[in-house]
Amino acid sequence: MSNQDFALLAHLLRRAGFGATRDELEAYAAKGYTATVDELLNPGDPEVMPDDIIRRYHVDQSELRQLDGAGANWLYRMITTKCPLEEKIALFWHGLFATGYSKLNQARALLNQIDMFRNHGLGRFDNLLVELSKDPAMLLWLDNTDNHKGAINENYGRELLELFSMGIGNYTEDDIKECSRAFTGWTLGNAEYMAVRASKDSIWPYSRIAWHFQYRDWDHDEGEKTFLGETGNFNGEDIIGIIARQQATARFVCTRLFQFFAADEVDGDGEQVIEAMMQSYFDSGYEIRAVLRTLFLSNYFTSEEAHYARVKGPVELLVGAIRQAGSYRSPTLGVHQLAYQGFFMGQGLLQPPSVEGWHEGMEWIDSGSLVERVNFVAQELSSLDKPGVRAIIDRLAAENDGVLTPEQLVDQCLDLLGPVAVEDDTRTALVDFAAAGGGALDLSGHQAGDAAEQRVSNVLRVIASTREYQLA
Amino acid sequence: MVSQRDKKLVVIQLSGGNDCLDTVVPYSNGLYYDFRPTVHIAPDAVLPINDNFGFHPSMGAIKNLWDEGKVAIINGIGYPNPNRSHFRSLDIWHTAEPDKIGTEGWLGRVIRELDPKGENVLTGINFGRGLPRALGLRGVPVASVGNLDTYGLFPDLQDEALKQSALATFTKMYGGAAGRDVVFDYLGQTGADVLKGADVLRQAPAQYASTVSYPDNPVAHNLKAIAQVLLADIGTRIYYTTHASFDTHSGELPTHAQLWEHVDSAVGSFMDDLKVHNRLDDTVVFIFSEFGRRVRDNGSGSDHGSGGVAFVIGDSVEGGMYGEYPSLEEKDQLEGDLHFNNDFRSTYATLLEQWMGLESAPIVNGRFEQFNFLKPAAA
Repeated sequence: MSNQDFALLAHLLRRAGFGATRDELEAYAAKGYTATVDELLNPGDPEVMPDDIIRRYHVDQSELRQLDGAGANWLYRMITTKCPLEEKIALFWHGLFATGYSKLNQARALLNQIDMFRNHGLGRFDNLLVELSKDPAMLLWLDNTDNHKGAINENYGRELLELFSMGIGNYTEDDIKECSRAFTGWTLGNAEYMAVRASKDSIWPYSRIAWHFQYRDWDHDEGEKTFLGETGNFNGEDIIGIIARQQATARFVCTRLFQFFAADEVDGDGEQVIEAMMQSYFDSGYEIRAVLRTLFLSNYFTSEEAHYARVKGPVELLVGAIRQAGSYRSPTLGVHQLAYQGFFMGQGLLQPPSVEGWHEGMEWIDSGSLVERVNFVAQELSSLDKPGVRAIIDRLAAENDGVLTPEQLVDQCLDLLGPVAVEDDTRTALVDFAAAGGGALDLSGHQAGDAAEQRVSNVLRVIASTREYQLA
Repeated sequence: MVSQRDKKLVVIQLSGGNDCLDTVVPYSNGLYYDFRPTVHIAPDAVLPINDNFGFHPSMGAIKNLWDEGKVAIINGIGYPNPNRSHFRSLDIWHTAEPDKIGTEGWLGRVIRELDPKGENVLTGINFGRGLPRALGLRGVPVASVGNLDTYGLFPDLQDEALKQSALATFTKMYGGAAGRDVVFDYLGQTGADVLKGADVLRQAPAQYASTVSYPDNPVAHNLKAIAQVLLADIGTRIYYTTHASFDTHSGELPTHAQLWEHVDSAVGSFMDDLKVHNRLDDTVVFIFSEFGRRVRDNGSGSDHGSGGVAFVIGDSVEGGMYGEYPSLEEKDQLEGDLHFNNDFRSTYATLLEQWMGLESAPIVNGRFEQFNFLKPAAA
């Protein structure tokens, strides 16, 4: 297997997943690039940590009412899944259809929404929007429970057009009102009571009650509506049908997918890929799976140009480092600290700052978040008790009879952590650091935690703190 | 008399759109109760400002500061052609640019003016996660501090020699590969800023002692951290923090009451803290939100509106009501919203010229009439 094959697969897995260990890369390489793309796009059994096992160890993840337990629960899935794109696409839609705990006080409803993204996130975009419009967390989050015949609440109608499908400038204020009218009657069972319970954040007297979608035909506005130039007695599904066939929608969705999976900035070459993705969007009947397949198989995506063209989002960085370190594979006390950790880096799962989600790309980075990012990955990847770190040491010890020059130590650690491609200046600084720890490193006969292993740990720490590791 | 270079500005952003009608309540106005059959504050519940207006009942500490003449209320604040998108409206407040998409944060420009060579990477600090656009300006370092106690690199390394070696390597790596691309350069610059700022900043909590205790809520935690940094005298002039979410479309009454209880108690403790340290004349606090909310309630909350209210608080403030309280008459409303009557950039300009001693026009993109909410001696 050539290093280039590993580099390309590692790139794909950083984007369509959360990175990969060398063992995983070897398994993917045996299948080949296109087969790996298709496997990722068609998730089977994710073999995630089973709920009954989780509940045995984490009381807070039984009811999943609270934010930190719920965030940790999702992180367990991202960390242990065999189908990483299923989680990655859910993370993408969570950022785009950003729904937050603050107003709902019911994390289970948010996790149900994430489940819906897993089930529909790679399928037809119009189906996804219909599911979203019926999603209990969304119904309360954007107040469609308060959207009534004769008294519209236009919050959902506005964001559906502005933030979820077409983008500002492609519709009028009247379209927002007509769209809102079409979604009157789309609400929750016992909505009034549920809204009060959520706003009071009370579990009494009946504890939390699961929310479910209810369509109230008597509260639905049956009048004629004119939306984006089309007139009829539209209901919500009709509005979504009209939205899905707009050129503006195809451009909006494909651009957002491109920025999340390919590159933060869209240049001229990127624009051509987006055009191709839009063509797939229409050809496939709005299938996200087809759009992503076009992207992953494009020359743009597989070329050097697209490598490291994104700043890792905090959750990508966090989960990527944990999967590499092989930790949290079984129930681990303190896992909810991971949910806080994402929050400190600027991305608290299930608590986006607003309905517009997170500002991504370079905006992930400021001096505060960079400190949190570097500190977490540096500690995680230098911990000699983590299985993934031990696997790296075993591989190092098995090569060159376990004796490595500082250059070999740095190059092989870079290779096993990615491969991570670094600038010459970075490599020089790393080699100087490795050499300062003593000349050649002899790992033959190494014992857990001994001085030789400690030198590897130090090199892994410093590699994890590079700028290159912050990029995907 | 406090010297110009010691003057500090603390900005508190109320994200989501604070309902100004339920904040400074027009409790003698029948129209208010007509338009707000559900989402209103009863006349006997307000904390009276005068015969016509009263504070929300959660605003006890701010009411006390008002009674001491330290609170300027800026009514009817907004901008032309109001935008009711949170995203866009906050952008407008952050960039002082209502007409086109601005990219430079107004406070980023202030920091550049205060420290043109970027000598002190702690001239402006955001307390909280993520940097608000108001502070963002390419090339202007701004620290963003989620937790003052753990700020710095490699806190887990016990071996001091190893830590120094790792930090030296970090410095080399982040200083190399100049000109590779914008993102790489930006990461390099941010890394350098981190190293410069961390050592200084971590001294602040260690030096701090106070008889004032803060309540346990997020904005109070941030204001306490602001007090710690402010009292450490490390040259920080701009302090920013955010409290959310004021987006009260439904269930507004209990939510809004709790939000203001948090902000009010935090501001009260902060001002007490400055007072016991005899530092009240250093600092002015500015509180704003991206828009007010619709005049008519929706049965349980209120939808996005336009004209809003802002507050400026401090010893140097000439307490009083500024701007005009917008008319609630239907004919005076703007698409069901309160009509703004003063541009938010007038308040910015007043703070910049009369408090920070800066020329405001290049920062707020034009000249705007100023208020007199700062005592003449403050300039």
